[in-house]
Amino acid sequence: MSDRTFLPSLAIVSVLAGVLLVAAAHAQSTAAARPPRAESRGGPAPSLARPTSPAKAPNADGFLQRWLLLEPIAVSGQLTDSAVQTAVKTADFPDQLTVIPRDGDIVSVGNTKVGWHAVDTIGYNVNLYHFAYALKRPTSNVLFWVVTIVNAPRELSGVRLAIGSNAASVWWVNGKEVIGLYNERQTVIDDGVSKRLTLKQGPNVIRAAIVNAGGHTDFCARFLDDQDRPLKGITVSVISPSTTEGSAK
Amino acid sequence: MNRALCGLCATAVLLVSPLMALDGDIGMHDPSTVVVHDGKFYAYGTGNGLPISMSDDGWTWRRAGTLMQAVPGGRPGPDVLARGGNNTWAPDLIRSGDKYFVYYSAPGTQPKAAIGLLVGKTLDPSSSDYKWEDSGPVVWSDGVEDSNAIDPGVFRDPTNGSLWLTYGSYFGYIRLVELNPKTGKRLYPERKPINIAINGEASIMIFRDGWYYLLVTHGSCCAGANSSYNIRMGRAKKVTGPFIDNMGIDMLQGGGKLFLGSGGRYVGPGHFGLLDLGDGVQKFSCHYEADLDRGGISVLDIRPLLWRDGWPVAGENFKEGTYQIESVRTGTALELAVQGTPVGGLRGRGGRGGAAAAGGTPIPAQDAAQVSANWPSGAVDVRMSPYMLQAQQKWTVAPVANAGGYPGSPYFKITIAGTDRALTATDDQELAVLATFSGRPEQLWRIDQLTDGTYRVMPKTTPNSSAPLALSAIGSSTPTLARFTPDNDRQRWLFKTP
Repeated sequence: MSDRTFLPSLAIVSVLAGVLLVAAAHAQSTAAARPPRAESRGGPAPSLARPTSPAKAPNADGFLQRWLLLEPIAVSGQLTDSAVQTAVKTADFPDQLTVIPRDGDIVSVGNTKVGWHAVDTIGYNVNLYHFAYALKRPTSNVLFWVVTIVNAPRELSGVRLAIGSNAASVWWVNGKEVIGLYNERQTVIDDGVSKRLTLKQGPNVIRAAIVNAGGHTDFCARFLDDQDRPLKGITVSVISPSTTEGSAK
Repeated sequence: MNRALCGLCATAVLLVSPLMALDGDIGMHDPSTVVVHDGKFYAYGTGNGLPISMSDDGWTWRRAGTLMQAVPGGRPGPDVLARGGNNTWAPDLIRSGDKYFVYYSAPGTQPKAAIGLLVGKTLDPSSSDYKWEDSGPVVWSDGVEDSNAIDPGVFRDPTNGSLWLTYGSYFGYIRLVELNPKTGKRLYPERKPINIAINGEASIMIFRDGWYYLLVTHGSCCAGANSSYNIRMGRAKKVTGPFIDNMGIDMLQGGGKLFLGSGGRYVGPGHFGLLDLGDGVQKFSCHYEADLDRGGISVLDIRPLLWRDGWPVAGENFKEGTYQIESVRTGTALELAVQGTPVGGLRGRGGRGGAAAAGGTPIPAQDAAQVSANWPSGAVDVRMSPYMLQAQQKWTVAPVANAGGYPGSPYFKITIAGTDRALTATDDQELAVLATFSGRPEQLWRIDQLTDGTYRVMPKTTPNSSAPLALSAIGSSTPTLARFTPDNDRQRWLFKTP
């Protein structure tokens, strides 16, 4: 199996070092309630791979390539400002705007159970269509929750989160909503850019909800420094920190 | 008078004529190049003693006496009077080292004339260093030769720092001599001046991208709205010419591509001067023989200088109107961050294959009154989206009276069309639209046309920042304020008529 082949598997999770073992144990505890995993239902996601290291630097252009993705949740697929805001503010599962999930965690949305999956993307973007298709999940009229942890070596002020998404999306940094993109759209690098914000030293929680009406769906995200260059010196992990989310400045 | 009518009066008072050439006391003929000294703008013109015009911002001008008031004797020196005469016309000036050189016309009975030189250290009449010394005549014409030595234009060659003077008026040739950058006098007085053009006056040179451009005013002057003054040009690869126009005709044989003629409410532009403000922003000064909005008097103006296909082009100062504001970087349009409504409401396209091609009722344009009922009443974010002809994407740009300005224009307010919701620079150097226009400096906008015809948009001031910031497309959907960088498109904007 190639490292670039996304095959969500607890067996593979078990090879991850350190804290990931904790995540695996956590996942095993809920295994009985988990939905079938991708290898038993669909094909591989060619653009996604399992994380094999505790942390990952952004790529040369600053894109964050490690994420936790929640399997898609059915929504109306309306993409107007108000419809998307309603969708992301509707409580689908407990603590959806504050939870820091672990790979393998399962949540219940109505009568459906959906799981969180840790992925590394080989591209600048995260292909949610690949992700859902591999799991034989719907790709239309769906909402994807995604979370990652950005570790800053020191407090970094004047930075901006810059994202693109297909289709609409809403983004939070350390619990504060910082960007919303609405209507049918394709992923464009730096489509939506937050106002200047401060990343605190240590872990910072980046969270987004991407709403797709139909067709392809993906997103990309990076931080820009105070000169609008890709932010250097940060790392990305999906290892749950012990801290809870704070507020972005 | 009821309150509604008073409100209309207030609005009318706030607006100034969008066509007005500068503000204040701008009556002037044969202006010099406009020069910025210690943050103030100076221009000098024809008249008794060479009248001084100055401005704190380049928009509102005032008179400040005459140059000759600071010259010993109060008039041209005896050598200038002997070579030319006692008139004082059409000066030009340049800074060289720590000195300013002012060249002025001192004609007698033309074409007997001389060009005199005044040397000083400062342009500020209130400075203790302020004085002008007469350095005598630089060039002259004896009344017989093919020259009329008036209308100096001084030029520094940026390729080597050499200094040059062009001069002349109709009788005979426009001539060129090299100057000594230390003294302002001729560097090689023994050499014959070089003939470079005919058929004009008010000559001056500028340089760009390896080309020397000679701008010369053609036509007739000094007859108000009956003046045919117009500015023409040729270009050369050498400072000494030959200056060839767009059709290959030498300006020595009457060639000259039109740079600026009469238009709008202005008759007879002449006496080009370059005002380079840096950061890729260039303007030019000129006078109009007749400003029809000011009773036909001759006035100073400052306008954008554009470049196209290797030639300078006269831009126009920003005009009041309603626009979509489009980012050159992204092609998306500035909008109030509210949910848009399709123009005409949700409707189909009339079936596949153009089933409805034969007809359909025209859909009226969308305005704020139709769709703003659900817009938030307070401050609203600003974002960018594809232009969809929607009300939240249409901005009215209007000049604000008594709020100052910048070279060529007053400050503007930028509001959502049909509302008082005003674009505002915020405390965190971002943007918002506030519910009302208050006149605060963060709601006053400077709109400079850049040399490529696009626009730079800057708040008069930004709270908590001393830096000059410009409207910047940091992403396809996100505007902000950032330092202007002339070498990319993020801060270039188009104002398109909806």
